[in-house]
Amino acid sequence: MLAVVIRRSMQSVVVLAAMSVLVFLGVYVVGNPIDILISPDADQAERARAIAALGLDRPAHEQYLVFLGGALVGDLGRSFVHNMPALKLILERMPATIELALAAMALAIAIGIPLGLWAGLRPNTASGRAIMAGSILGFSLPTFWVGLMLIMVFAVMLGWLPATGRGPTATYFGITTSLFTLKGWAHIAMPAFNLALFKMALVIRLSRAGVREVLPMDYIKFARAKGLSARRVLWVHVFKNILIPVVTVLGLELGNVIAFSVVTETVFAWPGMGKLIIDSINLLDRPVVVAYVLVVTAMFVVLNLTVDLLYSLLDPRVRLAEVKA
Amino acid sequence: MSNRRAIAAATALVLSAAAPAAAQTLTVGLGSEPSALDPHYHNLGPNNAMARHLFDTLILQDERQRLTPGLALSWKPLDDTTWEFKLRPNVKFHDGTAFAASDVAFTLKRAPDVPRSPASFGIYIKPITGVEIVDPLTIRFKTAAPYPLLPNDISTVAIVSQKHGENATTEDYNSCKAAVGTGPYKCVERVAGDRVVMARNDAYWGGAQPWQRVVFKPIKSAPTRVAALLAGDVDLIDDAPTADIERLKKDARLSVVQGVSNRVIYLHLDSDRAESPGIADKQGNPLKANPFKDPKVRKALSKAINRPAIVDRVMEGVAIPAGQLLPDGFFGVSSKLRVEPFDPEGARKLLAEAGYPNGFRVTLATPNDRYINDEKIAQAIAQMLTRIGIETKVDAMPGAVYFGRASKLEFSLMLVGWGSGTGEASSPLKSLLASFDQAKGMGAANRGRYSNPQMDRLLERALATVDDKGREALLQQATEVAIGDLGIVPLHFQVNTWAMKKAVKYDARTDEATLATGIKRAN
Repeated sequence: MLAVVIRRSMQSVVVLAAMSVLVFLGVYVVGNPIDILISPDADQAERARAIAALGLDRPAHEQYLVFLGGALVGDLGRSFVHNMPALKLILERMPATIELALAAMALAIAIGIPLGLWAGLRPNTASGRAIMAGSILGFSLPTFWVGLMLIMVFAVMLGWLPATGRGPTATYFGITTSLFTLKGWAHIAMPAFNLALFKMALVIRLSRAGVREVLPMDYIKFARAKGLSARRVLWVHVFKNILIPVVTVLGLELGNVIAFSVVTETVFAWPGMGKLIIDSINLLDRPVVVAYVLVVTAMFVVLNLTVDLLYSLLDPRVRLAEVKA
Repeated sequence: MSNRRAIAAATALVLSAAAPAAAQTLTVGLGSEPSALDPHYHNLGPNNAMARHLFDTLILQDERQRLTPGLALSWKPLDDTTWEFKLRPNVKFHDGTAFAASDVAFTLKRAPDVPRSPASFGIYIKPITGVEIVDPLTIRFKTAAPYPLLPNDISTVAIVSQKHGENATTEDYNSCKAAVGTGPYKCVERVAGDRVVMARNDAYWGGAQPWQRVVFKPIKSAPTRVAALLAGDVDLIDDAPTADIERLKKDARLSVVQGVSNRVIYLHLDSDRAESPGIADKQGNPLKANPFKDPKVRKALSKAINRPAIVDRVMEGVAIPAGQLLPDGFFGVSSKLRVEPFDPEGARKLLAEAGYPNGFRVTLATPNDRYINDEKIAQAIAQMLTRIGIETKVDAMPGAVYFGRASKLEFSLMLVGWGSGTGEASSPLKSLLASFDQAKGMGAANRGRYSNPQMDRLLERALATVDDKGREALLQQATEVAIGDLGIVPLHFQVNTWAMKKAVKYDARTDEATLATGIKRAN
């Protein structure tokens, strides 16, 4: 297992280096941030001063080398816009996003798996069909529209929930999160549900398909023939086996939710990383964009590894040594 | 009194105290977020507006950008190159230390020199070559040449405390630690991306403010901002989207305030190069000559644009057709210039006279996220130009891409906006219409490279004329020359919209700023 972890880490260094070049050049080619950052009243001398102050007067490869030199000692550069270390800026926003992502994932699992099981066990009943039809909606409704509808209904018309923003935070056990306050729950409910909707549909479909696939298997028949209770068959023999695809997909989706909850964060003015990255892209704040992509890449590497390790726990047939990619 | 009754009474007391406290809090939904609380770090609208709450300037700009006394009670030129400012006595910073001339001198040293500042205040301070503290409440500024715009320029610079500002970094200001000013509000907390919280400064020299606490929430998504107002989460929003204004007006719980801004939306055209990149003949072959060099073609283009229709249909009435650089009432506005009337026949005739009876092809570049309805305006203009024979294609792109390309002169025809930060006509004349001159720092945003020596001379004389009347006359003449040549083609002045609960009211500002100091209780 240790060998796997080490090999993976080496591979990820290569991936990170490649990503940094791609993103750095990509943002460099898109344009010069100076034209957006500078005061319109600025004269040519002020323009030259600002370009030099941000280090944009050097050729691209030199700028990249400066960045690389910093990156090797853990400094991913300073934001052009905020004049703060890019990494610090991202880490400051990360708790809000992780809290939202975890809440969304918890919702997706808590609602998605039972519904999926139900639909799989009773595929031809009205309720089973209704669940599947509903999951299609979950897939196909655009996130920003659902978000706005949620706000219109629950904040504007009913007045039950606040329309935007994150609630007050509290700190227990060294963790600061808005999930520790009642107001925090009121604030997170809509964005988390909005973010969960798509994942929920995914979980429903995966678990239903899993159940349909596992039920006709010999070992299920055998378990039943052995006289095991229906409950034991369902939770031990069926449930554990359908979890494998669900865990794989959710592991990757968790990464997606953390890294790319841009739309939901924008619609609900949630002060997380997604909003930071979209603002940074709009202002061509290259250090932040590059640092963000690197952080996200590193996160995916870790998540993939975790998924693989979980895999071997769930399915003893999978040996870790086989997992190379 | 039994224990339980005591608790009940205490609770009632707390509740009755809490109720008015809630009403004492003002929550404002902002369309754009300041990048820092350091008032000298980033010279940009949202930052400057936020700084106005915590800090004062020597000279304040009122809602029409007229200059009024701030930390300076009076100011006057002693001779052509010396200005004397008399400072307001008995002003205290938030920590109780007294404000004095040394703080002004410190500010002038710090403001142009903040590390890694992407847009510094150096442009407003550079002409000041020497500072002399006469006594704690009198300060003199020396300039190398006559500098009549000094009061306007100095009105943009927030005065910080020397005690807290020395060695303070931008982050120290952002964390409120160094953000100790003389302004009407004290800095409480800033959570980037989420909120800025301020508390009333009871010792404010201008009288205490009506709100105990002000919370600014950046809500960039326009529909969300409107929803937050409808849901009652915020008391006031700025930058209400044009499509929602009618609905907001009809809502009995809300009111809407609109006011013309100092921002003109205009077309800049390449009137300089012999061949221009985005221009071709009707078959698509690059044109050997640049038609926009011919004033007749520029005039034809201006005549072809139906400004009232754009204001009516595209802007839903929320704009004012423009015939020059600033709307009526601003310093330097000429009374002789009129909005160009819509005249497609005349436009066609002019095109034929200029040698383009069949017209030509051109690409109109526009940002799609910078000005109110920018891309839609460009589409409308493209149709109008196509109708007189100038076949126009719109190339819309995000501002992040657009402004860089525009500055590299990649466009022949482009849609841009200009807000006059100083609130008078020299700002657009200097940046947009003066001949591009690196050494003199003129024409820095002249992306069409319009050049007319006569207008340059008029402007230069204006910038050296200390007498207000004489300077205004020169600015008017310079405007008349530049607009007569159609160095730029003005389209309309942007009108800004604030929407708010009925319980509050706001005086619309021409500088587009949303200031809690302007938000009062209605009734």
